[in-house]
Amino acid sequence: MGALPMDPMQPRPFRIEKVRKELADTFTLELVPEEGGEFRFAAGQFNMLYVMGVGEVPISISGDPGDGARLIHTTRAVGAVTAAMGNLKVGEALGVRGPYGNPWPVEAAYGSDLVIMAGGVGLAPLRPAIYQALANRERFGKLVILYGARSPSEILYPKELEKWRGRFDTEVQVTVDRAAEHWSGNVGVVTKLVKRASFDPLHTVAFVCGPEIMMRYGVQTLTGAGIDPSNIFVSMERNMKCGVGFCGHCQWGTNFVCKDGPVFPFDQIADIFSIREL
Amino acid sequence: MVQIENLGRILEEHPFAQGLDPQLKELMVGCAANERFDAGQYLFREGQDAKKFYLIRSGSVAVEIYSAGRPPIVVESLHDGDVLGWSWLMPPNKWTFDARAVTLTRALSFDATCLTRKMESDHALGYEVLRRFVPVMAHRLHAARMQMLDLYGPAKKGK
Ligand SMILES: Cc1cc2nc3c(=O)[nH]c(=O)nc-3n(C[C@H](O)[C@H](O)[C@H](O)COP(=O)(O)OP(=O)(O)OC[C@H]3O[C@@H](n4cnc5c(N)ncnc54)[C@H](O)[C@@H]3O)c2cc1C
Ligand code: FES
Repeated sequence: MGALPMDPMQPRPFRIEKVRKELADTFTLELVPEEGGEFRFAAGQFNMLYVMGVGEVPISISGDPGDGARLIHTTRAVGAVTAAMGNLKVGEALGVRGPYGNPWPVEAAYGSDLVIMAGGVGLAPLRPAIYQALANRERFGKLVILYGARSPSEILYPKELEKWRGRFDTEVQVTVDRAAEHWSGNVGVVTKLVKRASFDPLHTVAFVCGPEIMMRYGVQTLTGAGIDPSNIFVSMERNMKCGVGFCGHCQWGTNFVCKDGPVFPFDQIADIFSIREL
Repeated sequence: MVQIENLGRILEEHPFAQGLDPQLKELMVGCAANERFDAGQYLFREGQDAKKFYLIRSGSVAVEIYSAGRPPIVVESLHDGDVLGWSWLMPPNKWTFDARAVTLTRALSFDATCLTRKMESDHALGYEVLRRFVPVMAHRLHAARMQMLDLYGPAKKGK
């Protein structure tokens, strides 16, 4: 990012330049800073987005880390703030604090095969990592993208998935939970795709993002396929307030998701990942 | 003879037969046939007698559930290396879903009457075949559970 505001709790004003409806309940906003300049971030980081008069929520950045001109967020409307955000129009303002949090270790994965597993809207926080991996394609071995959605109409970024699949150097597999007869793609949960994907488990780094239950089964399947838990990274979500490690709102075990995460190596959180009460 | 040798080789290449004793493999081959289904062709329909099971060699098959007045819903797709169908193993020996080839599909099919007879008289074969079907059933149950859990929907608060 150009320069952080002096007060990390003070949002910067951004203007909505484009709104795209992705799915029935999911939309993408393209934002530009009112004061001009660029927005730099690393794949996997998030911003606190403030909808004037309604509230503030953490949302991952879903754009290209190589393109600082526009700030892109894809959000599913689930409650008060995200629904209000979904009603904003081109030209309206939004407050932005960030970028915050630990990114996906894309560069640390250079030299390895990279498996990206996403479920539902979990593809949004992974898209920047995909852009970065594709921009540096020659630095990886195999690049495998495994994506699961409930139904064909709930596939996020279908055109991009198709484009990535069209490349000769990237394996993209998409599956849905159920489909009508005319769907000729995969049906079954995303974990089923692992068996058919080609990667060398001993030299593979995996990024997993989606609802927690999907990540639980995803990690189980990837470790079952022979990938070391220290090479599997997951992006966690907890309710947040400050986003910068002050308030303790996002505490999870001994971690603060906002500053120790949201991306964690699985071996670091394996002990607390399965504790239901946390 | 050549035909049987071919079937034996094909069976050998399928993950289902991995680690299977050659003698037992031979017994299985005696009940096997090579089949081919064009895209759109049904391997079987719900309610029909389940007289076979299939080892998919290539292509993909949609497992569909049909309910009156609604278009069929695909609940799973199977591909090369997968096993299709276990209704032949237990009464009432009727298929509980439709199976449709999505693309040109080649499969080894096994005649249930022939294989069941051999499994009953050779318990080693019976054990090996059942042992290979248990994970297929367990995986299907696990997948059905995960589909029910709605893996991709928004989580509930309280995190
Ligand atoms: C680091 C981080 C990154 C995130 N990135 C994204 C993103 O890229 N896109 C996106 O759409 N969302 C993302 N989220 C989730 C998003 O922050 C929440 O959906 C949002 O805070 C809900 O606020 P609300 O006021 O709209 O809903 P609330 O009124 O707070 O909640 C309404 C209902 O929404 C559901 N809900 C609340 N929080 C979550 C949650 N974290 N995940 C799923 N369901 C929830 C609950 O069922 C709740 O009852 C992220 C969260 C974190 C912590
Ligand atoms: S949100 Fe305040 S400490 Fe993480």
